[in-house]
Amino acid sequence: MSDGLPAGVERHTFDGTDRLATRGDPVYGEPTDGDWRAWNPTRSKLGAMLELEMDIGLEGGDEETVLYLGAASGTTVSHVADFAGPTYAVEFAARPARDLLETAASRPRLFPLLADARKPATYAHVVESNVDAIVQDVATRGQARVALENRRFLADDGRLLLAVKARSEDVTRDPEDVFADVRAELEAEYEILETRRLEQYHADHLGVVARPQSR
Amino acid sequence: MTDSAARTAGWFADIDPDEFDGLDDRDAGDARDARDGSTVVTAIREGQTETPQDWPALAVDDEFADDEAAYYDRLHDATMAATRAAVTEREAADDRQLVHAVRAMDDCERTANELAERLAEWAGTVDPDAGTGVSFARELARGDHELESESEPITSLAERVVDLADEAAELREFVERQTPTIAPNLAALAGPVLAARLISLAGGLEDVAKKPSGTIQVLGAEDALFAHLRGHAPSPKHGLIYVHDAVRGTHPDERGSAARAVAGKLSIAARVDHYSGERKPELEAELAERIETIQARTAEDDDRGDSGGETDE
Ligand SMILES: C[S@@+](CC[C@H](N)C(=O)[O-])C[C@H]1O[C@@H](n2cnc3c(N)ncnc32)[C@H](O)[C@@H]1O
Repeated sequence: MSDGLPAGVERHTFDGTDRLATRGDPVYGEPTDGDWRAWNPTRSKLGAMLELEMDIGLEGGDEETVLYLGAASGTTVSHVADFAGPTYAVEFAARPARDLLETAASRPRLFPLLADARKPATYAHVVESNVDAIVQDVATRGQARVALENRRFLADDGRLLLAVKARSEDVTRDPEDVFADVRAELEAEYEILETRRLEQYHADHLGVVARPQSR
Repeated sequence: MTDSAARTAGWFADIDPDEFDGLDDRDAGDARDARDGSTVVTAIREGQTETPQDWPALAVDDEFADDEAAYYDRLHDATMAATRAAVTEREAADDRQLVHAVRAMDDCERTANELAERLAEWAGTVDPDAGTGVSFARELARGDHELESESEPITSLAERVVDLADEAAELREFVERQTPTIAPNLAALAGPVLAARLISLAGGLEDVAKKPSGTIQVLGAEDALFAHLRGHAPSPKHGLIYVHDAVRGTHPDERGSAARAVAGKLSIAARVDHYSGERKPELEAELAERIETIQARTAEDDDRGDSGGETDE
């Protein structure tokens, strides 16, 4: 992958502009071009991380397994399921989960779970061990804690792809201070490989790529 | 991974593969036999274990599935069915709770007021200075007002009135807290209590989401009509949403337009709440802008001094 994109994610031209795209059923009214559908980075933190050329360390393909935390109605996880293999989507709010069901209906390797990402024991009997990536976008207080709790699912050479929303931790604090705390907390179990502000697409968000600490 | 305790922690451990025959036509809702898939749903929803394992490989080892592809197919069926059941249950439970709470709140308020009327009438017979309403009941119950001739049953009734009014206030708090979690956009646009009443009258959030906005505009008018026929209320022209600030604050000549605008936005809000659950603050801004335009129409040609927001109680 010379362009650093996982297999199954390509740049395609939609209405004259060059955009990221995956192959699958459209989910959120995104433009399509044949089988390809545009991946909107302003609606997806992982999309923004790819647009910003962060090295997410995924190759794509049917063998790659992903645990997605905070799937909401499935905007981003649908793209993930398009390019990766078995994808577990955890969401704890009932209403978006209803839409997630629709997204998953046409994706046989996307597994929706109504569960709380702070309680991994409630889905560890379903989600397999050694997943290649955990994608996390929960936007609630305690985002680092969620990443630490879910470390148990991640392969030793897997990747944590995390979007941290500063305002979810504390609206009154300077985002940079919040990010510093989150980084420090993550380092208990993860080695941080790269961080970037997603500002261009998502205000007050930090994109983080990390892997488990070698022990 | 030879540990047998770990093995049996997988969701599929106690599931007979035959169960999956029932899973496909679960939605058909026909008679359910032992193979209705409910064990599968329960296994996914209620299972727990601390440590994940290589479930696909274990499932093949255990002959739950012929190969990993077949395992994943079953997992898809199982998680879809389990999540669908969980979502339906949670949504229904939330809606029902809110509907009961707002109805109980209205009942408590109405009953408190009715009893307060009875109390005032009764107290008036023993004390010419007796007051009226729930506030008078409170004075009596607290001992701030002493009846000219002391009456045990009257004071006791006053205490009941106060209890009911307090109960109504607590229910109101519950409704104000709950509605935004169930219907965030509708609650923001209508206020939590009005939003809950609309949900209650329609029968549930889904029912609000599915009604045309014209129906939302007159929701509650029928109730008012019956109250009117029973002699309790003035003749209704309008639905519940006429208590919305944007309607009440608009000159009577333009209230119809304001009500239409409010009903239109509420209808969109209910759909967003039901179908996506996402918060859309722009709906409030759009409504405010629309109402401003409507109100400006009367502000201009209205120099008679009874413009807009002052006309109502
Ligand atoms: C910003 S949205 C995610 C958007 C989604 N990742 C996408 O790009 O399509 C955050 C979601 O995380 C969910 N969430 C928050 N806390 C959670 C938790 N503890 N467990 C599971 N989901 C959670 C929220 O309900 C919400 O749907």
